Amino acid sequence: MSDRIREKLNILADAAKYDVSCSSSGGNRKNDNKGLGDSHFSGICHTYTEDGRCVSLLKILLTNHCIYDCLFCVSRKSNDIKRAAFTVDEVVDLTMNFYRRNYIEGLFLSSGIFKNADFTMERLLLVVKKLRLEQKFNGYIHLKTIPGASEELIKEAGLYADRMSINLEMPTEAGLKLLAPEKSHADVIKPLEFVQQNIVQFAADKKLIKHVPKFVPAGQSTQMVIGATPESDKDIMYTASAFYKNFALKRVYYSGYVPISNDTRMPILGTQPPLLRENRLYQTDWLMRFYGFKVQEILNDANPNLDVDIDPKLSWAIRNMQHFPVDINKADYKMILRIPGIGVMSAQKIVQARKFGKLRIDQLKKIGVAYNRAKHFITCVDSPYQIRDYQGTQIKAFILADSQSKYLKTASNQLILF
Amino acid sequence: MIYIFDGSLTGLLTAVFEWFERKPGNVVLKTFETFQPEAFTPNLNIIPDVEKSDRVWKGLQKRLKKDWLRKFYCSYLSEIPEAYNHLFHFTIYIFQNDVGAEANYGNEHVIALAKYAKSVEREKHRMEAFIRFQHTADGIFYTGIDPDFNVLPLISNHFKNRYADQQWIIYDLKRKYGLHYNLNTVEEISISFTEGVNKQNPAAILMDEKEELYAVLWKDYFKSSNIVSRKNTKLHVQHVPKRYWKYLTEKL
Ligand code: SF4
Repeated sequence: MSDRIREKLNILADAAKYDVSCSSSGGNRKNDNKGLGDSHFSGICHTYTEDGRCVSLLKILLTNHCIYDCLFCVSRKSNDIKRAAFTVDEVVDLTMNFYRRNYIEGLFLSSGIFKNADFTMERLLLVVKKLRLEQKFNGYIHLKTIPGASEELIKEAGLYADRMSINLEMPTEAGLKLLAPEKSHADVIKPLEFVQQNIVQFAADKKLIKHVPKFVPAGQSTQMVIGATPESDKDIMYTASAFYKNFALKRVYYSGYVPISNDTRMPILGTQPPLLRENRLYQTDWLMRFYGFKVQEILNDANPNLDVDIDPKLSWAIRNMQHFPVDINKADYKMILRIPGIGVMSAQKIVQARKFGKLRIDQLKKIGVAYNRAKHFITCVDSPYQIRDYQGTQIKAFILADSQSKYLKTASNQLILF
Repeated sequence: MIYIFDGSLTGLLTAVFEWFERKPGNVVLKTFETFQPEAFTPNLNIIPDVEKSDRVWKGLQKRLKKDWLRKFYCSYLSEIPEAYNHLFHFTIYIFQNDVGAEANYGNEHVIALAKYAKSVEREKHRMEAFIRFQHTADGIFYTGIDPDFNVLPLISNHFKNRYADQQWIIYDLKRKYGLHYNLNTVEEISISFTEGVNKQNPAAILMDEKEELYAVLWKDYFKSSNIVSRKNTKLHVQHVPKRYWKYLTEKL
């Protein structure tokens, strides 16, 4: 008995690991039924894999049987691998017992498509209903929408899940068609749109009637595989930006492709996943979501790809030296956010602190400004006198010389903030 | 002038009260443990006084919003000797200036408190993440921890809200006290361990029979979700500092 469950877990966790979405943030399910669990708005990472990615959810497939044959996917029909399927009770039992021991924040449940979309979606729904209604589970649940499932099923699932997602897979339609001819972006857009409309509708009802149930309270997300097809960074980020805008997505994830087959249409086995590129894309994503940048400012026809050697914020600053130097003691918050070496927290502290008097260099350092980076772009009370006519390229050279080792070695997929 | 106190919050706040009574000018606050007599510096023993400390705390509550009261409390829980001195001076500074003075990040005590609070909050967050309960034969979910800072008071509510339907104990092995949730309230407890008992990981015989299975399944899961070609040890250790590994079922 325990051997079989171990084997299933190994197979179905292994197959689910390429989905990068793991965050448990945005949930706020209160434990008011004396049940188990209570979700944190900010989420908690309970551990980290050896590759440095956080683990906060039990991320598994219900099954890795699949009737489709998407080339980039380990579960594809033509792949010769061991297959397995959990029962509904097994998933419920694992989730409850992992949660009770504080291993996880909740469940991320996805699935290969067995039989057909509705048959699969029904089973996912059974799992979440059992957890919520029978087990009084208030932890986080992220459900993968099965493309092609009927709207009633998707809508019902939305009443129990905290987040739903459906993957775009490839950043462009052309890329997707190349590797998964049976799929199209339209298959993803339809359910995204449907869930989005329901989120808006439920929120509107909530204003009128008090006891409207929650519907996908943590919103929707999607994922794109990066580096399997030849899109530019501009293609990728313009798609992301459009999806943020049109479907009010909470997150877009970028998953550096890990080669899993020897098909000539994709990078060959053994090719390193593009970790640095993935990192740069996430940095750009942050600039769009938290720093007030428009995607066109960072990527455009003149600059279709992100720099490898410097982060996108620094890169933007160097290309736009006409905005600098910025006077720390006068500039508005939005402009302070754009200075390389200053993050959101430091920018807020600066704006608060300068009400008490003009800021000096040592104070900026204490506030948390990366001064060696920022100094090329700012003036404050005791800035050393210098004629500031350095070219962007010279500044880049200074900064690179300064942070060489740190920068080029960290090809991590986690964010290094600015 | 050196003020010496007993390390309690009451003592610390009493010290502030005494300073305003006497206004002796430049004062350094120390605990009995860290105090070393200096030949030419006079000192004063602070006798903790609930009434006096209450007055100071009420005054602080009037002047500081919740987030700063929390920073204050967190800094205190850091148990760092210099933090006590900063808290003392921060309080005086807050009373001597207009409301809102805590936003002055140019002030050394303000920035010091922000830093201490950040470290303590970080460890609080880590404990919420890295605690691993073991289900004992008598039905209680148990864990023993030894955090750098005294974070039990900060994590109590989190675990109470989360695990409303199971009994649990979180025991601070370093400070020798713990929290027990009995399905209604959280009580402070102390346990006298028998000699030779491994307090971090009690013997298998004390465990629920299913405990081993779930521990193994969790370790399996941890292994299966790793992507070998993305290995990044530096990042891994940055997120999970080695000193916490002994807590983690998946690392044992
Ligand atoms: S439909 Fe989903 S599970 Fe099936 S092969 Fe395609 S990506 Fe993989």
